[in-house]
Amino acid sequence: MTHGLAHGPEPGEHNFDVGQLTRVEGEGSLTLRVRDGAVVEAHLGIFEAPRYFERLVVGRTPDEVIDIVARICGICPVAYQMSAVHAFEALFDVTVDPQVRALRRLFYCGEWIESHALHVYLLHAPDFLGYPSAIELARDHRAVVERALTLKRTGNALVAMLGARPIHPLTVRVGGFSRVPTRDELLALRPALDDALATAGATVDFVATLSAPEFERDPRLVALRHPDEYPTNDGRIVSNDGLDIPIGAWREAFEEDQVSWSNALQARTHAGEVYLLGPSARVTLNADRLHPLAQQALARLGMAERIRRNPYWSIAARAVELVHATAEAIDIIAGYARPDRPFVDWQSRPGATGWATEAPRGLLFHRYEIDERGLIAAAQIVPPTSQNQAAIEADLTAFAPSVLDLPHAEATLRLEQLIRSYDPCISCATHFLDLRLEETDR
Amino acid sequence: MMATSRHGSARRPRVGVVKFASCDGCQLTLLDLEDQLLAIAERFDIVEFAEATSVRSHGPFDVLLVEGSISTPEQAHEIVQLRREATMLVTIGACATAGGIQALRNLADHDAFNRSVYPQPQLIKSLATSTPVSDHVAVDAELYGCPISGYQLLELLTALTTGRRPQLPDEAVCALCKRLGNPCILVAQGEPCLGPVTRTGCGALCPSFGRGCYGCFGPREAANTTSLAAWFSAVGQTDEQIAREFAKFNVNAPAFRRIVEARR
Repeated sequence: MTHGLAHGPEPGEHNFDVGQLTRVEGEGSLTLRVRDGAVVEAHLGIFEAPRYFERLVVGRTPDEVIDIVARICGICPVAYQMSAVHAFEALFDVTVDPQVRALRRLFYCGEWIESHALHVYLLHAPDFLGYPSAIELARDHRAVVERALTLKRTGNALVAMLGARPIHPLTVRVGGFSRVPTRDELLALRPALDDALATAGATVDFVATLSAPEFERDPRLVALRHPDEYPTNDGRIVSNDGLDIPIGAWREAFEEDQVSWSNALQARTHAGEVYLLGPSARVTLNADRLHPLAQQALARLGMAERIRRNPYWSIAARAVELVHATAEAIDIIAGYARPDRPFVDWQSRPGATGWATEAPRGLLFHRYEIDERGLIAAAQIVPPTSQNQAAIEADLTAFAPSVLDLPHAEATLRLEQLIRSYDPCISCATHFLDLRLEETDR
Repeated sequence: MMATSRHGSARRPRVGVVKFASCDGCQLTLLDLEDQLLAIAERFDIVEFAEATSVRSHGPFDVLLVEGSISTPEQAHEIVQLRREATMLVTIGACATAGGIQALRNLADHDAFNRSVYPQPQLIKSLATSTPVSDHVAVDAELYGCPISGYQLLELLTALTTGRRPQLPDEAVCALCKRLGNPCILVAQGEPCLGPVTRTGCGALCPSFGRGCYGCFGPREAANTTSLAAWFSAVGQTDEQIAREFAKFNVNAPAFRRIVEARR
């Protein structure tokens, strides 16, 4: 299904249009216009249909919201459930059992493993190796694709162990889980995780054999940071230019800008600056919090600076995080003792609350207002892709002049690959971006 | 289904996967069949699956898997075009088969809905309703669920390769749950559970994991939702609570929608 807008080039203009981006989650397009060597327009267009999630949750209970927001994204439902449940628990002053807290980190490890394995091998690697998909890749490199699928299956098995199924898990509730696994159930995953850790290491070695276009910039990076953990569900919001604010205070530093050239709702800092979230930002800002095995992998790669400066090398950041997530999962399981109760009781309280967690694609902020009856009065959900969108467009603008001498199809492919390196999740972002879509369609 | 080419030789069926308003989770279920994915790619010629491959096709398709609900004027137009290109059209998931969670707006004032989310609602080109694909074109088979079951997707694909009918169960979640020996959420705990009226397919996951079923596979044939709603009243649920129980991922399925409209 193509929704590309028809534009004829004017004299002196190069136009690059990809009617529908492939190997991304959701429906987006690329429109880039270059005049006399300078980019005059860079659109990451979004034609995913609006679904009004912030309105769908109004009038619902917190536990219903946890079920509903999962449906924003089939790839990262755990992230939506985690940001929501922590926001509610912050308002209600709920302290969960330490083992439940550890299980929620484990839950996220599973989602990072399945999401990163999917992106590294099935969506991203074909770009580096010159294939249109992992299916074609498998014809020549079947073992590579098979190990990727095994790794992804292990991530899904972790999510399903805790959440009953990998897509739209169903056990998360305010105060804990509706059911927590026995120690034996978790230990049964150990052989698969040992295998996954070896595959994650092989993924790092695989990434080291790839080559990427030369493209450097010095982005503003934002991620959570925790005193002693690699960030998932907890910490403070920090940046590489000095930001350091509480986890629920996203609105103190950022806003959704409605006055940009496109009239889009894009997230920027209050000063109007773009910023980047996701694996490259996390690895850069939290390298010292990675699991020791992942720190070793990062050192072996010797790519920390390239991860920070070149967006194409996000694949290396994902590989390092695969090592981290599998190693951390093994550690959490080793230290697990089943809590007496899967959840603690809680009392609702009216008020406003915000929380952010680290989705596979970066910081995911939720804010809710809860009324006297314990129902949602208002909601704000800021997915990573809508925050990254302005940075992606800035990078497209900076990168495009370097490919103008290439044949048009190849240049277009390079641009599409650049977008893919951010692992955009367009279904997630849509309810923030369709305003721009309608504007450009007008 | 073994398609035959113009020259009479057997060829692999051409399969497309497309989406409308949805979360991508049901098409991801295909990629989550990790152990079978490469075998599926050998038996079927996957000619359109934007999430997974840069190979593109507008048809024709021997089998077209359609995810998502119809919620914009463009989508209403496109599904008609796609139907013409597809020999067999299969809808996958609660959005495509019932309208999805976004069909909550079908019961609301769409303009108010739109105004509450968008500062400039006049710019939004969205239909007032989110509807199942079958409201727009003929559908040859449906896989239910939010998300669909990987097992059922595999059963459908296997049945297609051999030309038999897929075996898809229609019993209630409740029946399987009883066989699994779970304590009854509704009777023993007095908590609402949609298991008695919901089509099985998930494996009775919610009651097996300590909570009531929330109906993500939608109503089974002849589901007596009115009777179940009366049960919910008997265990102390208010009309508003009962309406919310049914107003989830299959809210637009008639048997569920009827309760929402009666109780809210």
